Amino acid sequence: MKYSALSLLGNALTQNRNWKPAWRKPEPKSRYDAVIVGGGGHGLATAYYLAKEHGMRNIAVLEKGWIGGGNTGRNTTIVRSNYLWTEASLLYEKSMELWEGLSQDLNYNVMFSQRGVYNLGHTLQDMRDIERRVGANRLNGIDAEIVRTDEITAAIPHLNTSPSARYPILGASLQRRAGVARHDAVAWGFARAADKLGVDIIEQCEVTAIRRDNGRVTGVETSRGVIEADKVGVVVAGHASVLADMAGIRLPVESHPLQAFVSEPMKPILHTVIMSNAVHGYISQSDKGELVIGAGIDSYVGYGQRGSFQTIEHTMEAIVELFPIFSRVRMLRQWGGIVDVCPDACPIISKMPVEGLYFNCGWGTGGFKATPGSGWVFAHTIAQDQPHDLNAPFALNRFETGALIDEHGAAAVAH
Amino acid sequence: MLLIRCPYCGERAETEFSYGGEAGIVRPKDPDALSDAEWADYVFHRKNTKGAYRELWNHALGCRRWFELERDTVTYRFNDDAS
Repeated sequence: MKYSALSLLGNALTQNRNWKPAWRKPEPKSRYDAVIVGGGGHGLATAYYLAKEHGMRNIAVLEKGWIGGGNTGRNTTIVRSNYLWTEASLLYEKSMELWEGLSQDLNYNVMFSQRGVYNLGHTLQDMRDIERRVGANRLNGIDAEIVRTDEITAAIPHLNTSPSARYPILGASLQRRAGVARHDAVAWGFARAADKLGVDIIEQCEVTAIRRDNGRVTGVETSRGVIEADKVGVVVAGHASVLADMAGIRLPVESHPLQAFVSEPMKPILHTVIMSNAVHGYISQSDKGELVIGAGIDSYVGYGQRGSFQTIEHTMEAIVELFPIFSRVRMLRQWGGIVDVCPDACPIISKMPVEGLYFNCGWGTGGFKATPGSGWVFAHTIAQDQPHDLNAPFALNRFETGALIDEHGAAAVAH
Repeated sequence: MLLIRCPYCGERAETEFSYGGEAGIVRPKDPDALSDAEWADYVFHRKNTKGAYRELWNHALGCRRWFELERDTVTYRFNDDAS
């Protein structure tokens, strides 16, 4: 069923009794041309673009829990492309272009709202970095501008821009095309569109081993039996090292808990997205009225999908420093997601030493914004057995050659 | 918050410590003899184990000494047999 105003009206007239599930729940087949491990936004997008752009139809997405239940549903939903280095900014900008047409393309409202993202500067060095990044963005054709404190005050009156603040705001970068999207809808939209093209989405199916023969991947063993496949694409975020270990591969990633918070719902008070590197927090307001808040990772390696109290405290301190008006707002919910952090804070989207095996990992704290672009380049890599120009710099062997893309601290936010 | 047992000072709050990552990584004696792949493995690649993991901690706001503990990276419990 195509979603439209007409289908909405028709279903309203029949008292909404005839809505169909948005995707099937098929039993796994014994063999697929390609298997995608991980049913988050990135995995579902990969399957969708494999089917749509590369004509592969015999594909399965294997998800150990439920789709979109990992980091896809545990982030602060911010979408932007104002990265410093050319390799990174072109990849995120490809994603931004896909975001701009995504709801139409998927026939599913992902509620992409280009409400702008401000990255605040609190020191002279912050402002020099911002000028450099805005210049670099413009040279790469990405919209970016510098705004002065009085303009920020006019745009966001509740933000504490007083010169007597502990960390006074000296200015900001602004990307007007940036914004937020509804993260659950992104997973569901990609799942529904991929399912329509014949992709099997198999939930409650955990991969326990990667089968290989003579340096070639032959399939996966799962909690629901053996599934043969010519190609296996792994995109499992925090569990990348666990899956790599099954294939005898070591990765340069470490998994850390990263928390996100939402407050009780309030009337509209914040129409844009604010990020601060120095005070270290980011905040926006969802369409339901909740403040959506995030900050830094826990320092230690962890797979526990929960974060520590001192991190919660630091996050709230940062938000209250920026917005004293929110000091008595109560937090409603809190999650921990497990993020796989690369030494250069850039992803690995790459062929692996095992033939037919591909990994898409290392997105660290910033994977959500890349969801469509990540799936698009990963699908190309799997289908053509070679990376697209956009993700060629993000190969695993950059850690041997030294061609790192150092976005740590450069990418408009501390990681 | 973790309660971390410093072998010199006893149990203290996590906020007194800084994290040193995977334990037992030894700097190669002769880096020039290593291939690029071996050097990358030493510098960048980590076990990142889900489960029992030996780690380095530094009691940064206490005795400032480094020590090693084994912790479960899922339950976050420290294992008793660790020194």
